[in-house]
Amino acid sequence: MGAVSARPDPPPAVLDVAGLSVRTGDHALVEDVSFHLGAGERVGLIGESGSGKSLTALAIMGLLPDELSASGHIRLREVERDLLSASETERSTLRGDRLGMVFQEPMTALNPLMRVGAQVAEVLRIHGAVSGREAATDRARDLLAAVELPDPERIARRYPHQLSGGQRQRVMLAMALANGPDLLICDEPTTALDVTVQAQMLKLIDDGVAARDSALLFISHDLAVVATVCDRILVMYGGRIVEAGPTRALLTRPRHPYTEGLMAASDLEAVDAAGRLPTIAGSVPPDGRFPDGCVFRNRCPRGDDACQAWPGWTGEQHDGVACWYPSGSGREAGRG
Amino acid sequence: MSSFGPAPPPGTSDPTLPVGAMSSGARRSLPASLLVGGVLVGAIAVTALVSLLWTPHDPLLVEGSQRLQGPGAEYWFGTDRFGRDVVSRLMVGARTTLLVGVVAVGIAGLIGTPLGVLMGMSPRVLGETVMRFNDLLLAFPALLLAVMFGAVYGSSTLTAMIAIGIASIPVFARVARSGTLQVLASDYVLAARSAGRGPLAIAVRHVLPNISGLVIVQASVSFAIAVLAEAALSFLGFGTQPPTPSWGRMLQEAQELVAVRPFQAVAPGASIALAVLGFNLLGDGLRDRLDPRLDDRRGA
Amino acid sequence: MVEPTPSTATAAQPGPAPHRGEPIYTVRGLTCRFRQPRVSLRRPTPPLTAIEGIDLDVHAGQRFGVVGESGSGKSTLLRCLAALQAPTSGSIRFRGQELAGRRDRELKFLRREVQLVFQDPMASLDPRMRVRDLIAEPLVAQRMGGVDERVGELLDAVGLARQSATRYPHQFSGGQRQRIAIARALAVRPTVLLADEPVSALDVSVRAQILNLLAELVERYDLTLVFVSHDLAVVRHVCDAVAVMRAGAVVESGSAERVSSAPQHPYTRALVAAVPTLRRALAGADPAALLGAAPTDEEPT
Repeated sequence: MGAVSARPDPPPAVLDVAGLSVRTGDHALVEDVSFHLGAGERVGLIGESGSGKSLTALAIMGLLPDELSASGHIRLREVERDLLSASETERSTLRGDRLGMVFQEPMTALNPLMRVGAQVAEVLRIHGAVSGREAATDRARDLLAAVELPDPERIARRYPHQLSGGQRQRVMLAMALANGPDLLICDEPTTALDVTVQAQMLKLIDDGVAARDSALLFISHDLAVVATVCDRILVMYGGRIVEAGPTRALLTRPRHPYTEGLMAASDLEAVDAAGRLPTIAGSVPPDGRFPDGCVFRNRCPRGDDACQAWPGWTGEQHDGVACWYPSGSGREAGRG
Repeated sequence: MSSFGPAPPPGTSDPTLPVGAMSSGARRSLPASLLVGGVLVGAIAVTALVSLLWTPHDPLLVEGSQRLQGPGAEYWFGTDRFGRDVVSRLMVGARTTLLVGVVAVGIAGLIGTPLGVLMGMSPRVLGETVMRFNDLLLAFPALLLAVMFGAVYGSSTLTAMIAIGIASIPVFARVARSGTLQVLASDYVLAARSAGRGPLAIAVRHVLPNISGLVIVQASVSFAIAVLAEAALSFLGFGTQPPTPSWGRMLQEAQELVAVRPFQAVAPGASIALAVLGFNLLGDGLRDRLDPRLDDRRGA
Repeated sequence: MVEPTPSTATAAQPGPAPHRGEPIYTVRGLTCRFRQPRVSLRRPTPPLTAIEGIDLDVHAGQRFGVVGESGSGKSTLLRCLAALQAPTSGSIRFRGQELAGRRDRELKFLRREVQLVFQDPMASLDPRMRVRDLIAEPLVAQRMGGVDERVGELLDAVGLARQSATRYPHQFSGGQRQRIAIARALAVRPTVLLADEPVSALDVSVRAQILNLLAELVERYDLTLVFVSHDLAVVRHVCDAVAVMRAGAVVESGSAERVSSAPQHPYTRALVAAVPTLRRALAGADPAALLGAAPTDEEPT
């Protein structure tokens, strides 16, 4: 099945995020983010660095740094409590069990003084998936074999620094998938990897979530990677979701000028007469100090006075856009 | 260009400006540690200077009739067992303490740091050999060196502080070399080499500024050690000689009276503690202050 | 270790890119080994071979790409070209002058002609120096005058405000820092620019800006560019000739167009297949499709 084929009926939500905001002191870094993920659904979250993608992931995991405060609702299937109001103890029983996460840099996410097999076994034992040291060790070895690590018996006895970047990332994936999570979050899981290793890793993530029917939230700044892996895409900029839609529709008929800009900049074969690539003007403002109103208006070719107010969401939650002049609406004519 | 050609609408942010430009209005504010450390060290320095001109009483005057007075209006912190005024002796003692700390750390830092940088930048075999020898010296106790110095050149504040300074050289050399090796492994040193910089310019322009934080913190720690070592030497009779007051001596003399006049020990003890605290805070504050990367966070 | 060069590789032959007189760089049999820390008392650890037996020519005005994954030796090769790394054996000639075996102070002529842009500008710009001093460093090191004026010109050329000169690198975004690094590299008016993965730490939108800037500057100043990247698609966009490296050796070389559209070596084919693209994703490619050709697959497709 192709990655871009849309599912007709979204299954009941595994994760439902509603009105999520993350604030630091005086301003919002993530604002009013809402989306849901069904079982087995693979959803991509894309945007440049500083757009709030990782903070959204950390808020779901309950791993936000202390100086940031989150508001809104995050609900996980079959969990009574809202994750944002749950205690740290309640959240920690979910992490590694029903919520799995793969970080960009596996070297810092793994304990450098612990053998990787023991780290995988620990995740299994903490959540009581298996009892007894030997059973956990056996299961850990199976998990390492499942992420196609050669000679898992030997790899299990290694320390993280003795493995290559790609091998470490596989260990991270084995840990994240160990207890068959309802939701797997991958935050730029392949950005630090070589392309051939990335290809293998993407395949493993794809197979891993398919085998467990887990929902996948895949965060990346690389549109092509997300398009390859995900059924649906959420485009984030300035802490807000500016466009959402099924992969194929979103990429063939992008509506938000930011999505169009990202796509144009990603395509190295589309150049103008002088051989130059299309770009998005300017850069992401520092410290999350985006303009009020439409967050993209200071870089947008269609920006005008109307954009001083936040355009609001048009369309469905999983298929819509937040723009005063979306492409294909007729309103963008004569602009840009 | 495709549909992304047009320039952004007027009145929006200028993409050519650095991203920090918006927060540039924030002034560089002083780190709290620098402020508190500066006040503490400043107070000690002022006290030492004032003592050159004025003290409440003669710090050396022995008055049998005024022995072991408690704190009061005449003698604020009381008198010692020879009837000498504790406040006056503390003030004069501040001179000794500052002098010992500054001279000892100065000797150690000015010799040890360049030595460490040099060894970091020399061929590996030479650097390693010198550093093993350095480690040998590191194991040699400062106090023993000072006692030997005292035996040869006579016990005095001067021999004590030179001995403490020499004994602290290896620590600075070690810190400076490890910092240097780290800096040398960085891309910006490679970039400087490709720009055509020679070793001396790399040492001065790149290595020293980037290890300054490490060296400053080491200096504040060494200062504290020097003050305590001087106190210990004076205590043993190898440092400052009587009747010149030093905080270490005063602490020693007050020891046998702790049960009777605890304040006599508390006053010099607290002075030493405050001086050590002050220099440590000052060191931390200076390190942060000298790092441009921490600037914006303070300003925000 | 290095594999035998397959027959399909055209490593030793210059690619079909246009020749313009004598090559600027002539590299023959370049080998670079690193000593490894000893882990056994009985015998020393064998040295790590970063590159072995590299032959290549870079011609004036050429945009020469080097593609490979981590550990392929591509960065070591670049450092050898910049004479920042002494080769174990082999020869590197720059405009006929041998670089191998020369000491730093005998390389002044090279520092004036060849400059380097690194992958991570945060690491390659001294955090304690202001932008002005960073850009001026090559000028000062080579005792060239008119520093302030030149710094202003360079900031203009890379699209940064002149006021940036008094700021520190951490105050800029990743793309802006890379612009500073490029300005610095151009300060002494070099004829050759060596770029080590200059866009792989950047977001795609910023990547496009920096690639455009590099293309513009290469044209305006008539530079010869050696561009190292792990991404064949980027190299194809930037370069006219390319050498594909694997495990310290060049496995395939030729025009960038030919190598990426009709790769001959199985490793190059795997590399081309593994890069996800929007076009292929829209055509229904899933992650399994990226593994299309395994590196060991010797069969032509």
